[in-house]
Amino acid sequence: MTDTRYERSDFQSDQEVRWCPGCGDYTILAAVQNFLASLDVDKEDHVFISGIGCASRFPYYVNTYGMHSIHGRAPAIATGVATANPDLTVWVVTGDGDALSIGGNHLIHAMRRNVNVKVLLFNNQIYGLTKGQYSPTSELGKRTKTSPMGSVDQPFNPVSLAIASEATFVARTIDMDRNHTTEMLQAAYEHNGAALIEIYQNCNVFNDKAFAQLTGREERDANRINLVPGRPIVFGANNEFAVILDTGGARVVATADVAAAAIHVHDPANPDPSAAFALSRLSHGPYGPTPVGVFRDVDRPSYEAMVKQQLVDAQAQKGPGDLSRLVRSVGTWTVD
Amino acid sequence: MTKETLEAPVREKRDRLVLRFAGDSGDGMQLTGNRFTNASAVIGNDLATFPDFPSEIRAPAGTLAGVSSFQVQIADWDILTPGDAPDILIAMNPAALKSNIDDLDPGGLLLVNGDAFVDRNLEKAGYTSNPLEDGSLDGYRTMVAPMEELTKLAVADTGVKGRATLRSKNFFALGLVSWIFNRPTQPVIDWVNDKFGPDSVIAKANIASLMAGYNFGITTEEFQHLYDIEPAKLDPGEYTNITGNQALAWGLIAGAQAANLPISYASYPITPASSILEELARHKNFGVRTLQVEDEIAAVGVAVGASFAGHLGMTGTSGPGLALKSETISLAFQVELPMVIIDVQRAGPSTGMPTKTEQADLLLAMYGRHGEAPLPIVAPATPAEAFSIAVEACRIAVTYMTPVIVLSDGYIANSSEPWRLPDLDELPAISHPFATADDSEFLPYSRDPETLARPWAIPGTAGLEHRIGGLEHADLTGNVSHDPLNHEHMTWLRAAKLDRIAAGIAPLEIDGPESGDLLVLGWGSTFAAIRAGTRNARREGYSVAHGHLRHIHPFAPNLATVFAGYEKVLVPELNSGQLAMMLRAKYLVDVISYPKIQGLPFKATEIRQKVIDTITGTGDSEAGQ
Repeated sequence: MTDTRYERSDFQSDQEVRWCPGCGDYTILAAVQNFLASLDVDKEDHVFISGIGCASRFPYYVNTYGMHSIHGRAPAIATGVATANPDLTVWVVTGDGDALSIGGNHLIHAMRRNVNVKVLLFNNQIYGLTKGQYSPTSELGKRTKTSPMGSVDQPFNPVSLAIASEATFVARTIDMDRNHTTEMLQAAYEHNGAALIEIYQNCNVFNDKAFAQLTGREERDANRINLVPGRPIVFGANNEFAVILDTGGARVVATADVAAAAIHVHDPANPDPSAAFALSRLSHGPYGPTPVGVFRDVDRPSYEAMVKQQLVDAQAQKGPGDLSRLVRSVGTWTVD
Repeated sequence: MTKETLEAPVREKRDRLVLRFAGDSGDGMQLTGNRFTNASAVIGNDLATFPDFPSEIRAPAGTLAGVSSFQVQIADWDILTPGDAPDILIAMNPAALKSNIDDLDPGGLLLVNGDAFVDRNLEKAGYTSNPLEDGSLDGYRTMVAPMEELTKLAVADTGVKGRATLRSKNFFALGLVSWIFNRPTQPVIDWVNDKFGPDSVIAKANIASLMAGYNFGITTEEFQHLYDIEPAKLDPGEYTNITGNQALAWGLIAGAQAANLPISYASYPITPASSILEELARHKNFGVRTLQVEDEIAAVGVAVGASFAGHLGMTGTSGPGLALKSETISLAFQVELPMVIIDVQRAGPSTGMPTKTEQADLLLAMYGRHGEAPLPIVAPATPAEAFSIAVEACRIAVTYMTPVIVLSDGYIANSSEPWRLPDLDELPAISHPFATADDSEFLPYSRDPETLARPWAIPGTAGLEHRIGGLEHADLTGNVSHDPLNHEHMTWLRAAKLDRIAAGIAPLEIDGPESGDLLVLGWGSTFAAIRAGTRNARREGYSVAHGHLRHIHPFAPNLATVFAGYEKVLVPELNSGQLAMMLRAKYLVDVISYPKIQGLPFKATEIRQKVIDTITGTGDSEAGQ
């Protein structure tokens, strides 16, 4: 990306970044700022909306338009922004508590409506800002200050949730892998409609190494499944593992044990979400073999485009709004 | 039972009449009432209506719980209220008769669907004997028509079949009433054809029933006493008949247009506010975006986002929804974005009585937010006035960059009255220059010295990129700040907008003497009853005046001066005394509260009596509440 108009610094605000040293949010911020600089989009056309939580401080640090709003409501507020002005590029920055607990309702409805917002869901599986309570993605049995005997809450799988919410674009990436994060940002940006990227983000203070099975030198090769469109799904240091879809679900097998043709070829553009959903069920949290990449990327008209079209159609049918005609529309009489 | 058996019809001229249509909630009484009202409007009567219906969509047929009614007062003069008690009651079944007959004036005209008075229905209504036969209705002029039998005959050739044959019986009643009150049937026919399509079976059946009812009136000897009401001598002008929610919706369109802003109205269906969303959704050709979203919180969130992006964000709801929106309204206040929030109040708390009216959200609107978040509040006094109040809400929101709450209520929402069309060219131009970049540093929390509005810099404007948020922020720059003195400074600065708004409000007008024994001060939908009640008392020689607040927060700046002119101040409200509490707190005036919490509007006679009791020191009026 050489001949672009912007540098990363153009997207850095004058505010001091105040996440804990070592927080995964720093790498995501850098990835996003670099990505924005690479785009041929005027910086005044980006809007970042966030809720509440560590991740939601994000807009203060990006020199575009932004709003740090209230807990859980960012998808609703972003819907208002995007619908009012479809020319803007609207980003939602949220966390697992913000998006999946208090704001769960808004998230699923933004997905099914296909509002053209790009949701960056920083999933650290813990409440950071309130200092370490279990979150809706914390694993069952998680011991925290509010679950001293272990959490009894079944966690959400954010990718499964998004696919079930009729999302047209769903991806997963990892904070430490900047190239992959940037690839996912690019794919989400190019997608017309709602896009959700679950970003595994390390909270080194309250939930350190939650994603070690995907990032640790020892374990990552055996656990990280890269989803590549059009390619058979194989993984492992020597591609010794493969994913097949049979009996209605996805499972991991030894590559050697199956015919090449039996290995599932990844197709995020498949209108039927069943295969994408099955892949999302390979793991429940970052434990054992876990897919990263674009699960689903299908075309559907965006919400705001349809809203706008109805305005155009209404004007074509009835002519532009005429207040004088409106107030007379149910009949009038005259008193002399 | 009295029967009119004159040779030729007597035509009695009346200056006003109150009719109440009552039937089962499946009988179409609201439709019948509305069509009668419309026909009366077309011939130029003044009118006011009061629809009253159960919250169950279809309560068990024939039961008291399922009774739906529609009251309308028609007059040849400028009346204010739908009338306290009906002169004419149309009862479609025993339950409707039982739950309404006590309101009918002695000697009043009672028109009954005789076919419904069968044992099963009588039992459901709790009658042990048939009131049409046991003499209990002797004080009324009762006329019984076999509406169901005649409706069946009338629709026989229209192609309507089975149970549907009886659905048109409300049109039979409407036809008969049209004959008795000399209303034209053509407006009804036109409406039916427009609504159902002239070739539809439903339209044919309804029109056949309507005409059968009308002709039944002509041919039967029973209906020989007819009423004429001349057109009202209203102020010259062009009129239309309008409900409060319709007026609000049109006012929002007009207000946004005056500000040259597109509307984004986001809402979640809730009685009695849903029809605002429905009305606005019909007018997308005005550039109105309507979003029916997943919940009340999303609705106000969408409005915040739309306003950030340069639309006039709006949301509408009732009390339970306003409670849910509270946190987001505080955000809109904190980031100082314009927004219009409509609360069509209903009887609460919780689900309460959703189809009944109340004014009990005043303190919620006033104080129902966390932190220091004072907001402007305006309230329409009548259905038609909801138009100008909506425009006023838009004006305040945009001019001062603040959310504004409009407090309407179920009575205003559903009632209708003639509205003299305003000169649309004279709507206030609402100024809202979006900020543009210049060489100086952009300060998102700098202020207009007069209004204290901050600049509205919308995304897409180069050079004005900035961040706003719920965290406290430094004056001018908007950078996050926890500085103690800055927080105090910002709190007072945001509150000071209310003073600036007050300076732009017209003084409170008084109906009646500027000084005297009693000032009756009201707000919202109690207007008509208070105005009529105080005028009646004044005609009887009592020294009483009426002031009505359209701006609840801030109050009109002359209010303190107004109080000084009267010995006593009486505040009737459909709540436990919320405005009274605000007035006492702000002005240290010993106002007398007159609360009514029955889900029903005040009657003019109740106000008149309370006025007299308060002035003369009789009754229990001194007790206050």
